Amino acid sequence: MDTFEPQIVAFCCKYCAYAAADLAGSMRLAYPPNVKIVQLPCTGRVDIFHLLTAIEDGADGVYVAGCLEGECHFMKGNFRARKKVEYVKKTLAELGIEPERVEMYNLSSAMGPRFAEIAQEMTDRIKELGPSPVRTETV
Amino acid sequence: MIIGDRKSLAEILDMIKDCRNILITGCKGCVTVCNVGGLKEVQVLASSLKIARKKEGRPITIEENLLERQCDPEYIAEVSDIIHNYDAVVSMACGVGPQFLSEAYPKQKFFPAINTKFFGGATAHGIWEERCAGCGSCVIHQYDGLCPISRCSKSLMNGPCGGSANGLCEISRDVVCIWDMIVKKKMEQGRLDDLLAVAPAKDWSTSRDGGPRKSIREELTQ
Amino acid sequence: MNENKSGSNLENVLRAGHFAFTGECGPPKGANVGHLKEKIAFLKGNVDAVNITDNQTAVVRMSSWAASAISVQEGVEPNFQMVCRDRNRLAMMSDILGVYSLGARNMLCLSGDHQRFGNHPDAKNVYDIDSLQLIALAKKMRDEGKFLNGEAIDVAPKLFIGAACNPFADPFEFRVHRLAKKINAGADFVQTQCIYNMAKFRTFMKMAVDMGLTEKCFVLAGVTPLKSIGMAQYMAKQVPGMDVPAEVIDRLKGVGKGKAAEEGIKFAIEQIEEFKEMEGVAGVHLMAIEWEHKVAQIAEQAKMLPRPVV
Repeated sequence: MDTFEPQIVAFCCKYCAYAAADLAGSMRLAYPPNVKIVQLPCTGRVDIFHLLTAIEDGADGVYVAGCLEGECHFMKGNFRARKKVEYVKKTLAELGIEPERVEMYNLSSAMGPRFAEIAQEMTDRIKELGPSPVRTETV
Repeated sequence: MIIGDRKSLAEILDMIKDCRNILITGCKGCVTVCNVGGLKEVQVLASSLKIARKKEGRPITIEENLLERQCDPEYIAEVSDIIHNYDAVVSMACGVGPQFLSEAYPKQKFFPAINTKFFGGATAHGIWEERCAGCGSCVIHQYDGLCPISRCSKSLMNGPCGGSANGLCEISRDVVCIWDMIVKKKMEQGRLDDLLAVAPAKDWSTSRDGGPRKSIREELTQ
Repeated sequence: MNENKSGSNLENVLRAGHFAFTGECGPPKGANVGHLKEKIAFLKGNVDAVNITDNQTAVVRMSSWAASAISVQEGVEPNFQMVCRDRNRLAMMSDILGVYSLGARNMLCLSGDHQRFGNHPDAKNVYDIDSLQLIALAKKMRDEGKFLNGEAIDVAPKLFIGAACNPFADPFEFRVHRLAKKINAGADFVQTQCIYNMAKFRTFMKMAVDMGLTEKCFVLAGVTPLKSIGMAQYMAKQVPGMDVPAEVIDRLKGVGKGKAAEEGIKFAIEQIEEFKEMEGVAGVHLMAIEWEHKVAQIAEQAKMLPRPVV
C-alpha cells in the first residue's frame, strides 16, 4: 500500500475554492499532486451524476469545495451541493463502498492554506482507505 | 400526477444479476416531474449500477434512453429497433411503462425500477403528497375540496374518528387528520350543516374493487 | 326512546330506568376457551352486559362473534363489537346474522384502530363502510328487515345498536355533532372513551343534554381504572384521542410507592359516583383492561351491586 497514490477529483467553485487554490500556489504552499481540480461556476452546478461518474471512472476520492455557508454568490448553491454529496454518500454506502470517499468542504477565496490542508486531509484519508474497489486498472 | 420512489439499488441489482448488457429507459411524463424517472435519474441509476458491477468485478454495459411517455404505444414503438439488443430493459416509468413495453415486446424482459405510489402533487420542493385515490366517483365537492377517501387513513366518509388529536391522525404525528381540516373549514365558513347528514355507504364498483378499469371516449376511437 | 328494540338485558335495564353497568372482555390470543370463560366468570352477575372486543388495537384474537357466543353459553350477555377495519359489507352482514343466531342481542359499531398499531401492520385494511354507515346498516337490517342492497332478510336480527363516542378527540366542538350523527344513523346507546378529564366531560354532557341527545340515546360513561403511573403516562402521551390530565397523574404519584393501583380504583369509584348524578348519563361502561378480576370489587365499592333483574 506504500506505493498507492490516490486519484482524487475536486470540484471547486471559482469564487472560493478555485481562487484559494490559486492563492495557495502564489503562497508557494505545497499540496498533494493527487488532487485534480475541476472548476465550477458554483458548486450548485455539480450534479449527483458528476460525482458518481468520477467514482465509476476510477477516482478513489471525490470532493466538492464551495463557499462558506451563507457566502454563496448564488445564494444556496453550496447548500444544494452538500445535499448532493449526502445523496452520493448514501448511494456508496448502499453499494458497500466507504461513503468517506466523498466529501463536502466550505472555504473562502482568502483561505489558501486551508485549501492545501483540505487537499492533504483528503489524500491522507483516501490513502488510509486504500484504492477504490471500483478501480479496475492503475490509472 | 403519478408519484413514485426508486427501488433500492440492491433490489434492482438483484433483478439484473444475470445481465451483462441492459437498457435503462426513463419517461418524460409524471416521473420526470417528480424527479424519479427522468433523464437525470436514468443517468444516476446507470452510473450507480455500473459502479456496483465494477466493484463485483463483473462490469455491465448500460445504455440510457428516455421516452416521451411510456404509457402510449406510439412512443413505445420508438425503441423497436434497439429493444432486442439487450439482455433486459429496466424501466424508470410508473408501473404502466414496463407493462406497455412488455405487451409491445413480449420476447424481452422488463424490470421496474420504480415503486409507483400514489396520485399527488408537490407540496414543497422535493416533497410530494397523496391527493387522490382514483376511486372513480369523485366526492370532494361534498368535503370542500378535501378528499377523505385518499387522505383519511380509514377513508371515512363520516369522520373524524376518535383517534384525531391536535389536527393529526392516530397513525402518525407526520400525518394530518384530513377530517380535522374538513370540519374546521366547514365551521369557518358557517356550513357545518353539510356534515350533519350521514353520508351513505359508497359505491366502490367504480374503484379498483370493481375490477380493472377502462375508459372509452367514443369520439376519439377509430 | 321507549319501544324495546331487542329485548336484550342491557336494553331492558336501561329502559326500566336503572343505571346500567357494562364490562369488557378481550378474547384470548388463541383458542384458549378456558381462559376466556375464566375472564367472563369474573364479570358474571357484576355487569348487565359485557363488551366482547373485536381484534382490539388491531391485534389478532379469537373472533368477537365466537367469543360472544361463548359468553352467551356462559350466561353473560355479550355486547358484540364489530370494527370496519377487517370486514367488507358482505362479511359484516353475515357476521351480524351469525352472531344474532348464536344469541347475541347487543352490538357495538366501531371504526377500529388502524392496523398500524397492531401486530399485523402490513395488512390491507377494508373500511368498505365506516362506523356510522355500519350503525345505519344494523338499523336497516333490524327495522326494515333488509340488507344494504334492499333485499329482504329472512328473519331480521333484532339487535340493540351501540356506538362509541370520544369526547376527547379533536375537534372538540364537532364531537357532540358526531354523536348526534350516530344517533340519527340509529345508535340506541353509546359508550364513551375512557374518561379522565372530568371537567371536559361535564362540558360535553351539557352540550349533549342541551341538544336533546340524551333523550334519544342512552349514554354510558367510559371508565378505565388506572393500574399504575406508567399506564397513566402512556395513555396521556401515546394514545391519540386520550386525555389524561396532569393532576390525575400527580394524584397517583402522590400516594407513594405500590399504592397507585389502589388510588386508580379509588378515582374510578369517585367517577362512577359522579356519573350516577350527572344529567344525561344512563350508566357506566367499565373497561378494566386485563383486570377483570377487579370488576366485582369495583362494582361492590361503587354500590353497583346487585345488578337489577328486569
